[in-house]
Amino acid sequence: MAELATVPVPPPHAGEEDHAHHGPQGWLKYLWSTDHKVIAMQYMFTGMFMAIVGGFMAYVFRMQLAFPGFEVPGFGMVSPGEYNALVTNHGTIMIFWVAMPVLLAAFGNYLIPLMIGADDMVFPKINRLSFQVFFVSTVVILASLFVEGGGFAGAWTAYPPLSASAEYNLTDLGSTLWLVGVGLEFVAFLLGGINFITTLMNSRAPGMRAFDVPVVVWMIVIASILFMLSVGPLLAGAIMLLFDQTIGTGFFDPAAGGDPILWQHLFWFFGHPEVYVVLLPAMGFVAEIMTTFARKKLFAYKTVIFTVVATGVLSFFVWAHHQFIAGIDPRMANIFTITTLLISVPIAELCFVYIATLYGGSITLNTPMLWALAFIAEFLIGGVTGIFLGAAGATIYFHDTYFVLAHFHYTFFPIAIIGTFAAFTYWFPKMFGRMMDDRLGKIHFWGTIIPFNFIFIPLFVLGMGGQHRRIYNYEHFTELAGPGFQNMRVLATVALLVMLLFQLVFFYNCFKSWRSGKRASSNPWRANSLEWTTESPPPHGNWRPDKMPVVYRGPYEYSVPDRDDDHWPQNAPN
Amino acid sequence: MNETSFFDGLIGVASSYAGEIDFLILVVLVSVGVWFIAAEVVFFWLILKFRAKPGEKAQYIDGKDKRHKRWVTRPHFAVLAFDIAIIVISFQVWHHVKIDLPDNPDSELRIIGQQWAWTFQHPGADNVLDTDDDIFTVDDLHVEVGKTYLFRLEATDVLHSFSVPVWRIKQDAIPGRSITGWFQPTEAGAFEVQCAEICGFGHGVMRAEVHVETTGEHTAWMVTNAPAAVANLEVLNNG
Repeated sequence: MAELATVPVPPPHAGEEDHAHHGPQGWLKYLWSTDHKVIAMQYMFTGMFMAIVGGFMAYVFRMQLAFPGFEVPGFGMVSPGEYNALVTNHGTIMIFWVAMPVLLAAFGNYLIPLMIGADDMVFPKINRLSFQVFFVSTVVILASLFVEGGGFAGAWTAYPPLSASAEYNLTDLGSTLWLVGVGLEFVAFLLGGINFITTLMNSRAPGMRAFDVPVVVWMIVIASILFMLSVGPLLAGAIMLLFDQTIGTGFFDPAAGGDPILWQHLFWFFGHPEVYVVLLPAMGFVAEIMTTFARKKLFAYKTVIFTVVATGVLSFFVWAHHQFIAGIDPRMANIFTITTLLISVPIAELCFVYIATLYGGSITLNTPMLWALAFIAEFLIGGVTGIFLGAAGATIYFHDTYFVLAHFHYTFFPIAIIGTFAAFTYWFPKMFGRMMDDRLGKIHFWGTIIPFNFIFIPLFVLGMGGQHRRIYNYEHFTELAGPGFQNMRVLATVALLVMLLFQLVFFYNCFKSWRSGKRASSNPWRANSLEWTTESPPPHGNWRPDKMPVVYRGPYEYSVPDRDDDHWPQNAPN
Repeated sequence: MNETSFFDGLIGVASSYAGEIDFLILVVLVSVGVWFIAAEVVFFWLILKFRAKPGEKAQYIDGKDKRHKRWVTRPHFAVLAFDIAIIVISFQVWHHVKIDLPDNPDSELRIIGQQWAWTFQHPGADNVLDTDDDIFTVDDLHVEVGKTYLFRLEATDVLHSFSVPVWRIKQDAIPGRSITGWFQPTEAGAFEVQCAEICGFGHGVMRAEVHVETTGEHTAWMVTNAPAAVANLEVLNNG
């Protein structure tokens, strides 16, 4: 397989026999493997580990907010500096080390070759390099938490001058390591993105036309394009900020003629498309799962693809809605109010298409389907609350309050947590060759979804009451210290504890199903796309050499009239 | 002037434009609320109605047919119409609060954020900023109810954000710049200022108070806190 790295356009199904026996053996294969499935699992488990780290941080600062002045079990007293470092790194880790690696890298790596009928990515060595760089970035960000002065504490948006000078942020080494870690992470995903795009373009199975590609593959590839187009300015900005921190340049220092707002533009020019970078893969999972368990063709496939492209283009023109009151020319806010509210149209359209897909279906509510449906139900809340914040006039009040925080958790939680659980439970039989326990899966589902709403609905109310973010103890504020507000903080924290507790069910279910679950057939869900035409789990090279798939139709031909079977695999000649 | 808003019970309304911002938020709430409830109702109804039944096959609808497609296209034009309505009202509010500054403000202030306190520069008895009788305070802003104030917002070190929730005012302060804004308090009393932009270790305690006073109270405060009076007092105390 390694030879393929230098071949610009690999012939379909190349080198099947060769690469079954090449490459490192034993445990080394996990370190040096170029198999896209192994790399996917490396990203998946690194992401899950980081989710535990980020979840622990949420536990610590929610405990501090609910019970200020008490020791947090497992952490101790939370100082204001530690509190700032916890919220900063919770945000950074959850977005860059959980959402990105799991949604984009793990599932992108796992699904793209399998769903387009390729034996691997087109650049397997670049793929391996991508994970290795990502792994180094993980070590750097984790190390940054333990250096003298503690982890970076200037919020995940890292606005200078606070982030640019240890004199202000008091975390000399922490802020530099944070920046290096984030920069390396970007490099890793640039390497991965090149692979995703090239693989979709060049390695589709014979017969697979552009509109026979499953929506999730399109979404992951469009997300990669958005990422690669938006991250350049921020990577440049990160290097400028690193120079400001370490060698005394003044790109963002007004005293030296720099401009702190320049960073905000560079950050959000990336930061807003980034929302769609993680949203699109999750919407892709939901499309695959909903069509499978409603036994329905996806409503208006081409509309979905074109709408996603339109969303992607529009997402490059909304960034300054994060900066309405940041000191930009107030007349600019008008332009960005218009673009921001306009982006609600394609997103609403996508939600309508998904809802319309259910019409006339034959819906089975098993664990993956519950997660997929919950994604739509919960993401709608995140979507509609975004309208408040897109309207500049309302943002004067809501900016940097808990209303914003609750809003984006209602988008990111469905994306990164609900979307991931949907995909994980749906593809678990393919990945590990065993069925997951559906009853435990449903217990975990309800034990996650119900507390999730009890965490964030109170935070909407607190935001409406004027509570600002990133304040370690609201006892100092008479208008916010009342028992009504404090009870809501306690409610949110207790709900978080319940939700975290129910994650044990998930880990137990994974372990139990992996050890002793029912063996999965190659196509347990009777789905159409190509990954279900090979064994579970797929062998190295994905299909046996004589069984590489050929594609005859699109992936959503469910319940076709005049056919006995209610599914019609893409590779079935008739 | 006691306006009511749907924020009643959560937070007070104490400036001339707070009610406008609340009205905009209410308009958004109603329009997206209608959509949200409609979408969720249809969504759950479909899940209940189209549960799998033995022997019953799902329908084959590809969504290319115009008769089907309009179920998606018509709502999205309606979403667009709601968006435009929100944009229009948002523009009006935004212009009034952030772009159109009052022509004849009653007074002018300077607000300076630094790690981790607010300094307020009041114009003093002559009502002119940057003269000898200016009154400087830390973490206490004194203004008169019903008067229109122009403020110049500055920062000395990192970003801060001046936010008085009951006034619905918020503006980031940026080192190297002086940002002009305005407000008109309509309720007397003491209200809280929060720093709304993370500014380091002490961000969580960067609290100040605005004291909105009647004309009599405000004049009295100005007299006792005038630089000359304070200097005399210090001489008396030390002497």
